Amino acid sequence: MTFTIPIDNGDALKNAEADSQRTLYPYVTGTSIVAIKYKDGVLMASDMGGSYGSTLRYKNIERVKAIGKHSLLGASGEISDFQEILRYLDELVLNDNMWDDGNSLGPKEVHNYLTRVMYNRRNKFNPLWNTLVLGGVKNGESYLGMVSMIGVSFEDNHVATGFGNHLARPILRDEWRADLSFEDGVKLLEKCMRVLLYRDRSAINKLQIAKITEEGVTVSQPYSLKTFWEFQAFHNPTAGAQGSW
Amino acid sequence: MTKQHANWSPYDNNGGTCVAIAGSDYCVIAADTRMSTGYSILSRDYSKIHNCKADKAVLSSSGFQADVKALQKVLKSRHLVYQHQHNKQMSCPAMAQLLSNTLYFKRFFPYYAFNVLGGLDEEGKGCVFTYDAVGSYEKVGYSAQGSGSTLIMPFLDNQLKSPSPLLLPAQDAITPLSEPEAVDLVKTVFASATERDIYTGDKLEIMILKADGIRTEVMELRKTLSECWQHTLSIVLIRISTLGSLCYLELCLKFSCVVNRFSFSYL
Repeated sequence: MTFTIPIDNGDALKNAEADSQRTLYPYVTGTSIVAIKYKDGVLMASDMGGSYGSTLRYKNIERVKAIGKHSLLGASGEISDFQEILRYLDELVLNDNMWDDGNSLGPKEVHNYLTRVMYNRRNKFNPLWNTLVLGGVKNGESYLGMVSMIGVSFEDNHVATGFGNHLARPILRDEWRADLSFEDGVKLLEKCMRVLLYRDRSAINKLQIAKITEEGVTVSQPYSLKTFWEFQAFHNPTAGAQGSW
Repeated sequence: MTKQHANWSPYDNNGGTCVAIAGSDYCVIAADTRMSTGYSILSRDYSKIHNCKADKAVLSSSGFQADVKALQKVLKSRHLVYQHQHNKQMSCPAMAQLLSNTLYFKRFFPYYAFNVLGGLDEEGKGCVFTYDAVGSYEKVGYSAQGSGSTLIMPFLDNQLKSPSPLLLPAQDAITPLSEPEAVDLVKTVFASATERDIYTGDKLEIMILKADGIRTEVMELRKTLSECWQHTLSIVLIRISTLGSLCYLELCLKFSCVVNRFSFSYL
C-alpha cells in the first residue's frame, strides 16, 4: 500500500496541481437575497435552499447570519465560500471584542472589510463565489450595502442579488419609501420573494426574514408564502393559438 | 489533463462618464451617478468623483468600480504620506504624475479605470489631465472618459476649439469661457450623452474647483426612456435660445409638450 506524502502547494508556478485549489465554478449555491432599509433598521429576506446544479439538494440552509452586534450578512452563491467568510468574520469580531474598549464594529466597517477581502481574492484569481449583502444599524443610522464576487461594492436603500436584482429591484424602486413600518416592509419583501418563487427555478417556498434594529437581530422562523396558480390566463395557455408551439 | 481555465472574468465594466474642463481660474469636474453591470442598474446614486482630500486636485474615474475604489484608496493614502513628509498638500501636476505611476505599477494586471484628474496648477490656472488604463497621460484643456466619452468629446472639441498640441511655442488649451458658461456646457453634454448612452444617466454630480474652495452641484438626468422629454429638451433649448429669439424658445417648449404626449409609444 502506497502512502502519498502531501505536496507543498506553496509554489504555484512549478506545481500544476495547485490550480485545483482555486474556485473555478460554484457547486452548492444559494439564490437571491433581497434587503431593504425601513423605519427602524434593515430587513433581509432569503429562502433556505441550496442547489447542487439543477438539483435542490439542501432545504434548510440559513443564508442570513448576524455579525457582531450591529450587522446582518446575507449571501448568495457558493455556500462553502459563505461559510469561510463567516469564519473570517468570526476572527474579525473576536479581535474586535478582545480590545474590550467599549467600541464595536459597525456595518460600514464590516462592509469595507468584506469588500477588501473579496477584491483581494479576485486579485489572486481565486474568488469567493458569493454576492454578499451587508445590513445593519449603529448609533441610529441604518446601513445597507452589497459586494459582488469581484469586489464591486455600493450602498443603497434597497439591494438584491442574483435574480432578485432583475425581478425584485424594479418592485422596490417603485414601492420603497423611507418611512416603511415593519409590517409594510415585510409585506414588500414578501411581494418580491413571491415573484422570485414564481420565476426563479432555484427558489424554494421556505423563507426567513431577518430584522436588525438598534436593539439587535431577530431572525424569523422559516415559513412559506401563499401562492396562487389558478390565474385564468394560464389555465389554457394555447387557447388563442391552437396547434402552434 | 489540460489546464482548466477560469470561466469568470476579473473585470467588469460598471459604465458611466466623466468630464472635466479647465478654465483660467477654475476647473469643472463632472460625472454621472449611474452604476451598471451588463444590462442591469446596480445603483442610481453612486459617486465617481473622489476628493483625494487635496483641495487642488479632484479625481473622477469610470470603468470597473472595484479597481476605481482600490485606486482611490491608494492615492488617498499616498497623499496622506506626502503631507506628513512635505508638510504641504500635493499640487495637481504632482498628483497627476503619482496617478500615472500608480497605474503603470499594475501594467500587467491593470486597474480598469478611465481617469480624468482636474484641478488648479501652481499658478492658479485650471488644469485637466486625462489618462488611459495603464497610465499614459497628457495635460489638456478638457476631456471626457467613460462610456459616453465618444459622444461628448467631439462636441467639446467643437465648442472649446483646442489649439493643436503640435504648435510651437506651446499654446495653453485653457478655455476662455467663464465658469457659469462652462458649467452650463457640462450640463448640456451630459443631457445629450444620457439620451444615447444607456450607461449614463440618473444624476449628474458637478464639482467646481476655485482658489477659494470646492463647490458641488447636483443635477437630475433622465432615468429611463419614457421620462420627461421636456426636462432634457428645455436644457438644450435654453442654450439655443441665447442665439435665437424668445418666441422661438416658446414654440419649441410647446412642441416638446406635444412630443411628450404623442411620442410616448416610440420613445
